[in-house]
Amino acid sequence: MSWETVIGLEIHVQLSTDSKLFSGGSTSFGAEPNTHVDLIDLGLPGVLPVANRGAFYKAIRFGLATNAEINLTSTFDRKNYFYPDLPKGYQITQMALPVIGKGSIKIEVDGEEKVINITRAHLEEDAGKSIHDLFEGETGVDLNRAGTPLLEIVSEPEISNAKEAVAYFKAIRQIVTFLDICDGNMAQGSMRCDVNVSLKKTGDDKLGTRAEIKNINSFKFIEKAINYEIGRQARILESGESVVQETRLYDSVKNETRSMRSKEEANDYRYFPCPDLLPVVISDDELNEIKNNLPELPNEKEKRYIEESNLDISEAKIIASSKTMANMFEEACAKTDDSKLIANWLVGDISALLNKDNIDLEESKLTSNNFAVLIERISDKTISGKIAKSVLEEIWESGGSVDEIIESKGLVQIQDESLIEEIALKIINGNPSQVEAYKDGKDKLFGFFVGQVMKETQGKANPQSVNEILKKLLS
Amino acid sequence: MSIQYKTINELSQMLKSRDISNKELIQETFNLIDANLHLNAFITLNKDASLLKAEELDKNLSLQPLSGIPIAQKDLFCTKDLRTTCGSNMLSNFIPPYSATVIENLENAGCVSVGKTNMDEFAMGSSNETSFYGNVQNPWGDKLVPGGSSGGSAAAVAAGIVPAASGTDTGGSIRQPASLCGISGLKPTYGRISRWGMIAFASSLDQAGPMARTAEDCALLLNQMCSHDLKDTTSLDETIPDFTENLDKPIKGLKIGLVKEFDLSQLDKEVVKVFEESKKQYETLGAEFIEISLPNISLSVPTYYVVAPAECSSNLSRFDGVKFGKRCDDPKDLEELYIKTRSEGFGDEVKRRILIGSYVLSAGFYDAYYKKAQQVRRLIKNDFDDAFKKVDVIMSPTTRGAAFEEGSKGDDPIQMYLEDLFTIPANLAGLPALSIPNGMVDGKPIGLQLIGNFLEENKLLRAAHNFQLSTDWHKKTPKGDIQS
Repeated sequence: MSWETVIGLEIHVQLSTDSKLFSGGSTSFGAEPNTHVDLIDLGLPGVLPVANRGAFYKAIRFGLATNAEINLTSTFDRKNYFYPDLPKGYQITQMALPVIGKGSIKIEVDGEEKVINITRAHLEEDAGKSIHDLFEGETGVDLNRAGTPLLEIVSEPEISNAKEAVAYFKAIRQIVTFLDICDGNMAQGSMRCDVNVSLKKTGDDKLGTRAEIKNINSFKFIEKAINYEIGRQARILESGESVVQETRLYDSVKNETRSMRSKEEANDYRYFPCPDLLPVVISDDELNEIKNNLPELPNEKEKRYIEESNLDISEAKIIASSKTMANMFEEACAKTDDSKLIANWLVGDISALLNKDNIDLEESKLTSNNFAVLIERISDKTISGKIAKSVLEEIWESGGSVDEIIESKGLVQIQDESLIEEIALKIINGNPSQVEAYKDGKDKLFGFFVGQVMKETQGKANPQSVNEILKKLLS
Repeated sequence: MSIQYKTINELSQMLKSRDISNKELIQETFNLIDANLHLNAFITLNKDASLLKAEELDKNLSLQPLSGIPIAQKDLFCTKDLRTTCGSNMLSNFIPPYSATVIENLENAGCVSVGKTNMDEFAMGSSNETSFYGNVQNPWGDKLVPGGSSGGSAAAVAAGIVPAASGTDTGGSIRQPASLCGISGLKPTYGRISRWGMIAFASSLDQAGPMARTAEDCALLLNQMCSHDLKDTTSLDETIPDFTENLDKPIKGLKIGLVKEFDLSQLDKEVVKVFEESKKQYETLGAEFIEISLPNISLSVPTYYVVAPAECSSNLSRFDGVKFGKRCDDPKDLEELYIKTRSEGFGDEVKRRILIGSYVLSAGFYDAYYKKAQQVRRLIKNDFDDAFKKVDVIMSPTTRGAAFEEGSKGDDPIQMYLEDLFTIPANLAGLPALSIPNGMVDGKPIGLQLIGNFLEENKLLRAAHNFQLSTDWHKKTPKGDIQS
């Protein structure tokens, strides 16, 4: 029997507003527990929520970037359930009328493009955190995160395998970071997702019974959890039994999913319209303001890099795909008018270092300013490309400033041609047999002389001058 | 000089003319509280802070409109640093870190909050018998209930302890106790007074309002209680008029609606007689009566008992023993923490409404109950809109009868729910409504209800004040009539 996999993702994106969705409490990460909690976040008796319009503006940016329906009037509902880190005993969310309706996004897997439709994206408040391992026999509750605005983006069940799911998640992450509505920091939980997986017989129209895997926060775990779940469900179906509809948790240590609660145990959330909040109405003027200030998206950047900066398609694609790299490119271009040189460094050496360390550019120690200065120093011939590479490597390892490294290590390039000629003559005179062989037609030996000069100058000689001078002297 | 049974205006005059100092007034108020402890009208007193504020007012003469006026606050409003129980064991240890907007408004106007009044638990009840802190006795007779849920506020005013009290009204909780205690009480248009700091029962129905000896005092209080509050998005961004303006203006030509569907023949003959006399009084004042129809009005009580419990079941979820209020002893796990805390913390009526509310919101029943109820609510609102095209105010008895005895409604909650038959429609439609004393039945006071159109509190207050200018029902006290 062959099975087709059907996957849908619910991605929770923490919106980068300064204050919470319904209170003035701060949203910054990493503070002492329960210090970013005001009366409303605590759900004290008598408090009332007031919707943060900034969160709506950010949600609408996402809607515009995914060609989605924008609901200028949207409403809030209450989702009722008990949990210690849910202060009010209900979460305020948008069930009936979300701010963002149907939209779509393009993904690419192994060179093939595919469109994934988005069902809806709605605003809701995040819960706090329960801390189970800090107090013996007790659970701690940290409400700093409670009330942080989330945009929950729900895909149609149109994703066919783990690779596509990861590509979809990456595409959403790319859009929200470019739109500046989320920092995309997965380690801090700024993006998390629930994955719905089901299998059906190949060619069947009817969807199979699904399991929902909750709260995954890395690309790697999404892929592993889905693949584990596909295998698990296939084994069940192959043995003639049926999959149980349930919520499961992914255990990254054991690389398995396990049951959290079945459909029968599932909460009845008793949704109803939140009587404390009037419908939120966004005016046409506000919408136009958002449209006119929409940040440039990757495909637009890519096009601009090809047309205005003369990059190859492949270079433009790599640089435009990461917001940090695009920023680095643009900042360096503003200082040094050599887009090809800049692109070469980003696509070449820097991408290689990223691959080697398996990190994203924003996780590295290289800042855009450092990169721009590095390029400037190559371009004004203060250092050679080769020296630049060693400077980059040093910054990559330990950070620091480009100019200070050049200064302290005396890496300034030797431009003085008479000095280079003097050294070249010394090398030629010291190696008569090589000179003879070269003159007999062993052209490859030219590299030997270049190398010797560079060695003598500790790599600081301007390579172009070295080439010219050696050619002249050896002819 | 006695301050008992004095109105706000009278006390203000006494303070201004230095017949009494602020401190003496507050000290005397606490003497009256002590003399009336048997009423059990207060849950928590605020004596030290009140005397301190009075001393300050004596030192710095204030021009605030309600300067020095003692007021009793329903224990449903959060008061900073002063215990707020909402009539429940659940909040027996709750000291809010902030004050409700309406409390701030009244205190900024010079009011002295002398204490927090007893009430039905979480405002759920019509007799004050659901309070964790015991029944409140109606000053008009031993074992008589004061009505509810603002029973303590009504009793404190009726006993002449304070000239003013705050109340809240979700289905009649200001008007019904006002009627049973023989005082005046107003529920304003939904959104007139901020709900910030009011412990929610049913958010779409809850509205704070004044309770006092006269309609005029209600107007004085309302002037200070209303504000457009950015902390409450349902608070109305409407001009707040001077509610005391034109109160004396005659009401000749006022069109008063009588609801065809309110079948008064079901009521006690004495109650009907009182109502008929009030009609005659209004005719004397130049008003005319027009019969109106509110075709869906009979659905009010069932609609209310779907919407209000639904909202309460969600609003009361925050009382879980985790963050504030009561927590049970030694729970063995999380589930037991919830179950024991809520079982011990809530009384029977609150539990009943949480159960009803959870049921009507549950999957599969939502459309049949909650959604349907909201649709009916819209129909009732439409009925009122049509009616107010023909009339200025709508008149009815406030209650089906005078104060009843404790325990007399037995264990049948439906009998108790029907107490609110005349008052519930104004909450469902968000309309202003008031109750004023209009007669006596078996030696007990009874009230007349006037319902007004959206934002037309002025019209209501004028109609009520004109009635009080020409009658003495509001001057009756359990100790005899006030002479003026």
